[in-house]
Amino acid sequence: MKSTARRVTALAGGLAVVAAACGGGGGSSTKPLDKVGAGEGALSLIIWPGYAESGKNDPKVDWVTPFETASGCKVTTKEAQDSAEMVTLMRQGSTYDGVSASGDATNRLIAGGNVAELNVSLIPDFANITPKLQSPPHNTVNGKHYGISYQWGANVLMYNTDKVTPAPTSWAAVFDQVPAAAKGKLTPYTGAIYIADAALYLKSAKPELGITDPYELTQAQFDAAIVLLKAQKGNAKLYWGTTTEQTDAFKSGDAVMGPSWPYQVNLLEGDKQPVASVIPKEGATGWADSWMMSSKAAHPNCMYKWMQWTATPDVQAQVASYFGSAPANPKACDVLGKETCDAYHVTDDAYFSQISFWKTPLADCGNGKTTCIDFADWTKAWTEVKG
Amino acid sequence: MRRLSSAYTNHPRLKLATLLAAPMAWIVLIYLASLAVLLISAFWTFDTFSATIVKTFSLDNFIELATTDVYRVITLRTIRIAALTTVIDVVIAIPIAYFCARVARPRNRTIILVLLVLPLWTSYLVKIFAWQTMLQTGGLLDYVLPFNVGYSETAVLIVMSYLWLPYVVLPIYGSLERLPGSLLEASADLGAHSRTTFMRVTLPLAVPGIVAGSIFSFALTLGDYIAPSIVGGKTQFIGNVIYDNVGVAGNVPFAAAYAMVPIAVIGVYLALAKRTGAFEAL
Repeated sequence: MKSTARRVTALAGGLAVVAAACGGGGGSSTKPLDKVGAGEGALSLIIWPGYAESGKNDPKVDWVTPFETASGCKVTTKEAQDSAEMVTLMRQGSTYDGVSASGDATNRLIAGGNVAELNVSLIPDFANITPKLQSPPHNTVNGKHYGISYQWGANVLMYNTDKVTPAPTSWAAVFDQVPAAAKGKLTPYTGAIYIADAALYLKSAKPELGITDPYELTQAQFDAAIVLLKAQKGNAKLYWGTTTEQTDAFKSGDAVMGPSWPYQVNLLEGDKQPVASVIPKEGATGWADSWMMSSKAAHPNCMYKWMQWTATPDVQAQVASYFGSAPANPKACDVLGKETCDAYHVTDDAYFSQISFWKTPLADCGNGKTTCIDFADWTKAWTEVKG
Repeated sequence: MRRLSSAYTNHPRLKLATLLAAPMAWIVLIYLASLAVLLISAFWTFDTFSATIVKTFSLDNFIELATTDVYRVITLRTIRIAALTTVIDVVIAIPIAYFCARVARPRNRTIILVLLVLPLWTSYLVKIFAWQTMLQTGGLLDYVLPFNVGYSETAVLIVMSYLWLPYVVLPIYGSLERLPGSLLEASADLGAHSRTTFMRVTLPLAVPGIVAGSIFSFALTLGDYIAPSIVGGKTQFIGNVIYDNVGVAGNVPFAAAYAMVPIAVIGVYLALAKRTGAFEAL
């Protein structure tokens, strides 16, 4: 509830800057640092809730205070509740030094010139990050690094085990073969990025469409996904934006199935609710978050120190166990223990390869063609889906 | 000091200018200037390939708004719910305001007014979440009502009507309280039944107050997007579309163009309201 309130007030703030944001992003072509100097004494971050804990929520959960002591950089954080808000805040200028951006926002920040190219050789633990997340397309463009991978997770299919039997094995259960018990009781995710889930399903359900990447869609592929989503609306109870919206609806019985995060599954299981989750046979979309530095950062040295600190196995392990995510640095498993690590599928390549990570859809298809549907059009289409 | 005070005495306009400087600066610089920027950006476009704003004059956003069905649907839905909210609030507010202004004893009147204003001191979000809990399956209203209205347009309508009710009651109360008792006595002396007096004297004189109150419920509903996203389930308002377009998409020009729609609707509404003398009743 608390975090939802924060999100909503943030939404209000977001609208207030509509006028101020008209200038758009100005590019910055400054060279990355070639060595990390003395800290500037301060660091200002935009974060997902739970990504920079300083012991205020739980005295035992604190990886910010030791950083402040070691680096002399006093950390202030601003929590964002969705990717849209992160982009809006980062475009406001030099207020923030960095952001823990998800892949649906990162490419937009890179294209808008809002984040700086990084010199990864200044971050010793970069070498320990799982090779799959060292240069993923959502934070590395043309060989240039703009982000250091932090944590990742999958958008799983959550269902009420009492109501939905047999257990779903395909995303068809939320699209064109909704079980009777779940009709009118689905909770799809709200946000244009959810179009990718439909595209991912169509990739295997309708191979004739020729979808290779659910974020790089031609008009025909995109239209097919929209048709699927419009049909889904008839079976949806609500579109969830914050985690509490979904967990509330599951607890009250208003919803029995929908795409979710491991976080909500853990939360509901902790509340003794009859839920389970699965990665359906088509695979899943997922999120991979990266620390990115503002191109106008006032405290770049502190930001580099922070990116190194948060890539260390210790901090990676703390975040993973607090947030319920998989750490980007598998050395965190030495701290987490094998059992926890397996639960998060940290070193499970098969699991990882089933996930199509969120990235910002751009007109550039990535194959030389520029006929793909851009995220601005995804957003408009999403408006049409919800009607 | 003395010279300053004599200057003010000799030049009343100077006095006025000094008094008004701060509020004028507020409204002109912060409110009107930002509205102007918004208006201008509505005529720019968003280049999807480079993800940047193209600052050349174009009507593309408005053409898209006019020719795409979904925006008309969302606009009409928002206006419809705003209008229904206003009707519901006015119908509930008139008896409350009348009782408070003309029937209740002074002590009871104070109690009623405090009870009315009390919810305004509570966070708007807390109230929305409270309603969300009451409306969902297993919630209080789900028990009471024969049907479930959680996560629907009806839920939005209920929450909106609740949220803005005090804003509607207070101007109506004000206009009824100012009503001279002599008029009502005259009506009674001339043999009018109390219902006739209410319909032909009291109510017409309360119209400015009613219209003033309706401006609040109508405008505040028209601009809301938080309640629809929390209690509305699938319901989209104009504000939700604007928010979605600004965020990651960064399509500020399109959002600005759509924002012109509620601004225009409210402009028309205010122009009509002004004719009734509602601004004097605020």
